[in-house]
Amino acid sequence: MFFVREAWRSLQRNAVPSFAAMASVVVTMLVLGVFIPIIQATTGAANEVRSKVLVDVYLKTNAKDADVERVRQVLAEDTPHVGNVTFVSKADAYAEEKKRNPEAYELLGSNPLPDTFRVTPDKPENVQALRDALAPLTASGARTTTDPAIEEVRNRREETDKILSATRVVKLTVGVLAVLLVLASVLLIANTIRLSLFARRREVEVMKLVGATDWFIRWPFIIEGILVGAMGGIMAVLLLGVGKVALLDPLAADFALLSSPETINFALLIAVILGASVGVAALGSGLSLRRFLRV
Amino acid sequence: MIEFRDVTKAYPGTDVGLEGATFNVRRGEFVFLVGSTGSGKSTIMRLLIKEREPTSGEIRVAGRNLADLKHKQVPYYRRNLGVVFQDFKLLPNRTVYDNVAYALSATGASRKEIRAKVPDILRLTGLATKLHNYPDQLSGGEQQRVSVARAFVNHPPLLLADEPTGNLDPKTSIGIMQLLYRINRTGTTVVVATHDAQLVNRARRRVIELHAGRIVRDEATGLYAPTEQSTKEFGAMIKPPTDEFQAIMDSTFPADVPPRES
Repeated sequence: MFFVREAWRSLQRNAVPSFAAMASVVVTMLVLGVFIPIIQATTGAANEVRSKVLVDVYLKTNAKDADVERVRQVLAEDTPHVGNVTFVSKADAYAEEKKRNPEAYELLGSNPLPDTFRVTPDKPENVQALRDALAPLTASGARTTTDPAIEEVRNRREETDKILSATRVVKLTVGVLAVLLVLASVLLIANTIRLSLFARRREVEVMKLVGATDWFIRWPFIIEGILVGAMGGIMAVLLLGVGKVALLDPLAADFALLSSPETINFALLIAVILGASVGVAALGSGLSLRRFLRV
Repeated sequence: MIEFRDVTKAYPGTDVGLEGATFNVRRGEFVFLVGSTGSGKSTIMRLLIKEREPTSGEIRVAGRNLADLKHKQVPYYRRNLGVVFQDFKLLPNRTVYDNVAYALSATGASRKEIRAKVPDILRLTGLATKLHNYPDQLSGGEQQRVSVARAFVNHPPLLLADEPTGNLDPKTSIGIMQLLYRINRTGTTVVVATHDAQLVNRARRRVIELHAGRIVRDEATGLYAPTEQSTKEFGAMIKPPTDEFQAIMDSTFPADVPPRES
């Protein structure tokens, strides 16, 4: 109680530096609050694209039901890196393609399409390994198949490579940016706190001279940091809330991307921001004090 | 009470702060440390409040070797000391009452205790009417009284004063010194570092003189200087400049340059 009173008193007495510290908390938390959903949206989008990487296993057009069952067995049990298997029968494939291109299939009359397994690899990176397992390369460079009923194993190679490298770049860029941003925020807050403490180092000196223990001196400063952090965090959350209601929600109705379900929910974001601001501010003031306590 | 045994303190890069100092101060004594600036008075004070560590030698206060104190114990040791400085070192954003109360609450005193003790000590130091003023609303003498009150509120067995009258006029200084004598009479050992010759001469107390980090004199009832300087001697010390000095002055500031019109 004594410490809280002391902290509140010094907040009032040092309004200007406290306000500066609070402002830096608000700014960094705002940036963080905007960036976390953006990071999540981009990685979410990247993951969605990556999940489209798959291997098509075409069966021979004369494959019997027994052949289909055997290949299914092979895929399910004997093949590594298999994630998800969907069976598209001749008839299904025909219906699908006909829907996409009615005139052409009208002309065709009969169904030229084979039975197909669409196989998703367990990880997008493993797509090539999966293909090699199903259709190993021979010495001559041609491919054989592991099962006589399989006509061909194909992955849309170019497409796959592009998707993989593009998502990798996006993920890396976003990750680096996020790390830099967090680093900058912590440095900014720590520096502001240190400045406001520097102005009061004489006070700390006097406290030490009258025989106050380190923790007796430190507690008010830490509580002050918590108060500053909490106020800054609340401000940032309020601004973010206003921004969400005023800018994002009307947009979300128009664009599907923004309402992508993978972004963090707002309550959790608020909790993260409040926790981060209080933690950083309290830790910052506690640690910055160490220099002045060494008397 | 205080025991210095061959204490040396060297500051890196500069002259020696204190060299081979050995002296004892008994319980209840009143001691002046005198000497010009840089002679080592403040170094002794700093060593006594354990703000600095001696390079060599041993310091004992109340029988305890200061070198044995761990970092954690230092605050508890300092609660047994009262410290008064030339620049008062008051907390600028607290009232007189709160400044003194802080020293008590730092030692873990209850609020009831604080409410009983603080007005008492402020009455003793003649500040009963200034309880709720801030330090910058007080005169220098009053601020120093607050600082003495803060130092003495715990009734420490030892009170250290480093140039307590350095910023004050002679009349106010006497007031502060009388306060210190009164504190001494309650049994508290008092050590005062000063270069105020008048105060020392009037007090007729024990004097330890320092010069360039060495103790050069220790008298039971001493004066500021070993013998009273006569006017003639004093005049000799500020005798007119030598010819050489005059020549330098003349070449630096030529007399025949007419003053510039402005």
